Amino acid sequence: MDITVNILLTIATAATPLLIAAIGELVVERSGVLNLGVEGMMIMGAVCGFGAAYLTGSPWIGVLAAIVAGALFSLLFAFMALTLATNQVATGLSLTILGLGLSGMIGTNFVGLPGVRLPNLYIPGLSDLPIVGKLLFGQDPLFYASIALVFAVSWFLFRTRKGLMLRSIGDSHSSAHALGIPVIRYRYLAVMFGGACAGLAGGHLSLVYTPQWVENMTAGRGWIALALVVFASWRPLRVLAGAYIFGAVWIGQLHAQAFGIPVPSQFLSALPYLATIVVLVLISRNKRLTMMNTPASLGQAFVPDR
Amino acid sequence: MKSAGEAANLIEVRGLTKVFGTLTACNHVDLGIRQGEIHALLGENGAGKSTLVKMLFGSLEPTSGEIFWKGQPVKITSPSVARSLGIGMVFQHFSLFEALTAAENIALSVDDGTSLDKIAAKARDLSKTYGLPLDPDSLVGDLSVGERQRIEITRCLLQEPDLIILDEPTSVLTPQEADKLFETLERLRAEGKSILYISHRLEEVKRLCDRATVMRHGKVVGACDPSKETAASLARMMVGADVATAERTPIELKDAPELLGICGLSRKPAGPFSMPLKNIWLSLKAGEVLGIAGVAGNGQGEFFEAISGEVLQESADSVRIRGKSVGRMGISARRSLGAAFVPEERLGHGAAPRMRLSENLLLSRHATDRKAFIAPGGFVKNGMIQHATQRIIEVMDVRKSAPDPEAASLSGGNLQKFIIGRELDRQPAVMVVNQPTWGVDAGAAARIRQALIALARAGSAVLVISQDLDELFEISDSIAVMHNGELSKPLPRAEATYERIGLLMGGAEPGHTDPHRPEAA
Amino acid sequence: MRIELVKRPERSKLFSALSPFIAFALTIIAGAILFAALGKNPLTALYTYFIDPITQVWQLHELAIKAAPLILIAVGLAVCYRANVWNIGAEGQFVMGAVAGSVLPVMFPETVGWWVLPAMLLMGAAGGAAYASIPAFLKTRFNTNEILTSLMLVYVAQLFLDWLVRGWWKDPAAYNFPQSVQFNPSAVLPELAPMSGRANWGFIFAIIAAVLVWLMLSKMLKGFEIRVLGSSPRAGRFAGFQQSHVVFFAFLISGALAGLAGISEVSGAIGQLQPSISPGYGFTAIIVAFLGRLNPLGIVAAGLVLALTYLGGEAAQTALGVSDKVARVFQGMLLFFVLASDTLIHYRIRIAGLGAKSSEAA
Repeated sequence: MDITVNILLTIATAATPLLIAAIGELVVERSGVLNLGVEGMMIMGAVCGFGAAYLTGSPWIGVLAAIVAGALFSLLFAFMALTLATNQVATGLSLTILGLGLSGMIGTNFVGLPGVRLPNLYIPGLSDLPIVGKLLFGQDPLFYASIALVFAVSWFLFRTRKGLMLRSIGDSHSSAHALGIPVIRYRYLAVMFGGACAGLAGGHLSLVYTPQWVENMTAGRGWIALALVVFASWRPLRVLAGAYIFGAVWIGQLHAQAFGIPVPSQFLSALPYLATIVVLVLISRNKRLTMMNTPASLGQAFVPDR
Repeated sequence: MKSAGEAANLIEVRGLTKVFGTLTACNHVDLGIRQGEIHALLGENGAGKSTLVKMLFGSLEPTSGEIFWKGQPVKITSPSVARSLGIGMVFQHFSLFEALTAAENIALSVDDGTSLDKIAAKARDLSKTYGLPLDPDSLVGDLSVGERQRIEITRCLLQEPDLIILDEPTSVLTPQEADKLFETLERLRAEGKSILYISHRLEEVKRLCDRATVMRHGKVVGACDPSKETAASLARMMVGADVATAERTPIELKDAPELLGICGLSRKPAGPFSMPLKNIWLSLKAGEVLGIAGVAGNGQGEFFEAISGEVLQESADSVRIRGKSVGRMGISARRSLGAAFVPEERLGHGAAPRMRLSENLLLSRHATDRKAFIAPGGFVKNGMIQHATQRIIEVMDVRKSAPDPEAASLSGGNLQKFIIGRELDRQPAVMVVNQPTWGVDAGAAARIRQALIALARAGSAVLVISQDLDELFEISDSIAVMHNGELSKPLPRAEATYERIGLLMGGAEPGHTDPHRPEAA
Repeated sequence: MRIELVKRPERSKLFSALSPFIAFALTIIAGAILFAALGKNPLTALYTYFIDPITQVWQLHELAIKAAPLILIAVGLAVCYRANVWNIGAEGQFVMGAVAGSVLPVMFPETVGWWVLPAMLLMGAAGGAAYASIPAFLKTRFNTNEILTSLMLVYVAQLFLDWLVRGWWKDPAAYNFPQSVQFNPSAVLPELAPMSGRANWGFIFAIIAAVLVWLMLSKMLKGFEIRVLGSSPRAGRFAGFQQSHVVFFAFLISGALAGLAGISEVSGAIGQLQPSISPGYGFTAIIVAFLGRLNPLGIVAAGLVLALTYLGGEAAQTALGVSDKVARVFQGMLLFFVLASDTLIHYRIRIAGLGAKSSEAA
């Protein structure tokens, strides 16, 4: 019984960074912008979060630093892709390359240092309940934040006027512009929200998941988050489901390695990446579904006439 | 301070100028619109009408000049400023969102925080009052062009504007739908609203409008009372010269061979918002120009793709070119049989915008003129292509700024002349053209129409798909109508009237029965 | 203050030619600021980074060794990106090419003969192409996003190589070090001028590939097909070209060139398989492709520049004591500045003052 609870707990911990990064990117893509720099923003969040927490001793300052680092780093993308109308695919890639390099430089002196872990929430009484106690009331704070984010984003997109505007921009930026909706400003805000989320996701890695700094510790999670958005066909609740499926795959292969299943560990490690491909194939086979849901102006540069 | 005439103006612009780079789109334009009038803004494509109204609606920033609203100077810095003043706009290329519902679309231009349900209810009421039926919960992508326009107009009326700007509103309507629109507009005028009506259709301007302002090359060149003018005199003001109409000599087609045959062509909808084709039959003989009328979005694009071979058919027999069944052949093979195609969209379909004219020549002719243009080993013969490009440019009188410019740098009319010329240069036996003169100036349009007739009379078959009824009546020997993916029986020119064609465009008669069609499928 | 873009009627020839230079100059300036921030004298640091590593002949050989894989891969990527096919998994194709090409020297180490090397190179190219055909197939058959699939396959390829050199292909005589047997001499790519340095034939392959692909892209119908489908797919279909053919063509060419780069690296510069055989060549080549403006001849120059950032990174680490990650930072900045400068080709930049209309207020 305890093993099951522990596995479920670790799945939640593995799913949380994917979920946070993906929900941020979902908002970005709903506004019609494709930011492939999630991996780069995430690793910047991870290194800055770790560093701030280590230097101040406060994991909460670490969380804040991770968010701010991700948002500021995304601003670089926003300036390029939105103000200078550069190719979004290439710009996102360069954000990832730069992020991996910068984080390596910043983190040179952090390698091997003991990290500061964000403490789990503990509610006396409730957390001691059997099974559900730990699952529902004894997790790290970012777990709750991630769940809240999903519902907040869903509410924002489908229940508020500003959310409607954001979706309309993603559907047709030129129509939105003709109506006087400030396309570029909305997109800036969306990109920065995505950056803040990616940064927070990175912070989760270096403050909760494995409280230490390791180079390239995001290990492709930013890319998997991007795939999750496609998998979820741009729906927040489906991102939640997708993130937990991937969390399960990630944890499953780790446990399989630990149990000494007679398959080379490298093959098990490759599973999350292969699973991503399989899932993408399954979802994109349904061409009609993809076409219906993809924001129509996704990835296209917008330069208004003035 | 102001004279009485100015004081009566709801909106007045003085010296309004807009410069894009080296192009002066609007050059010191003066215009006044009175309370309760329908004011026409006339001009050819590229005369600066759209630029002018975009400045009035705050979508574009004037380079210089002043705007007065109810006598007060105003700066209209954004569409929401325009809306709060009381200016509403119905766009030519709709500013609607396909993936959103009608109600959501309407809500987007209501600047306060009214709830979606209230907006839907209000829209339903309003649309009933003005005879503009619509369903607030339907996805815009699923709607016809006419329905979309109703949403645009309802959206505009919901803000209770004093001035309504309509940009080419009838270009997407059947004659009967247009009549209904005119009733709505007349009712609005009776309520004291002002309407700025942009059109190049002179008959409807004569019928509807109280005053007219005419623009040419970015300048106001005249003002008049359209009811006192003739269509010809208005046209002369717009173009600055007499407008040539194409000459068409009648032709006897009895014994002419069939060059293009469409036999029971059907096609499933390709995307979420596209039209299926339903059992289309058609036969085109040598020497004939056949016109296909229809409101935009009734399957014309899908039909064109099916004939051209950009999309293959399930049955080889559904398309015949010069007696050969080509349903399973691609566009290059169909071209090699003597067919030529000109699609509706010039930039990005008929031509690659960022490629030079010579490269765009190769675009449609690399397969048919392989011997002339491609050397063994797959190398492109640049000299030969340049030569042919210059020939087409001369024959079609294509005006351009550089010896071999990028396609996107040409005006719509000149690029269309090049694209049509590129196909005519091959003397095709079958020519299929979608919207030959859409967005093209009058001079180029006349030239293109005459060239199409000449091609037919020299023994080719010409199929013209167009939403411009005047054009079809000018050049076609017979006219068929496409509605909802079905094609009517072609009417000989002598039997076709605007009214009959208009009814067919509105879906009055379902698809015709062809004598050759098998009884049961 | 706000930056506005004004579309040019035609692309600017001037900025087409200048943009890589502007980008490089901006990178140097940003680099100077970076070094100053790290407490180093910017001029000395820049000298150490960009000049010092290429002052001697043997160093030029090292430059060629680093440039060869970058150019080979980037030339293939240029074909992809011109076709609007986003292959970002060249790193994986590089690894799989190296693995496929190493089958002969690792599994049959006794085999000798003049034909061994050509066979290895062919198998390397075939391996890279085969691996690249996976995202091509998924894209054409299932409409799956090639960016994500090709990238995921990089991780898979790296793990596969890791398993090989720690498991099946481990050299039993290597005291448990994760590496394959040393290639025998007839499986080693010869050096060009052994007297002056280590540069091998890989660099010659890169130049040949660049020239051939340049000919194809700019002079042949195939290149026209690629450019049309890449820049306006609908016009390409109207021309009778098939999207799926070009997707496969681009992936196979770039996969083959990345694979060739992989086996050349292993057989030339390294001499055996190791867990890690590339310092991110597959990703850096993306930068090379853009810095070379997707023109194979420009890519040759760009490849040398990016190769220099690797050498400079090593030099900076030893001489200045900064992290060798500084190379990645330089590379990232370079790509940013290239993309930003490319904006000038299509747009004029206008800076609107605060007093001017702000249409996005309200």
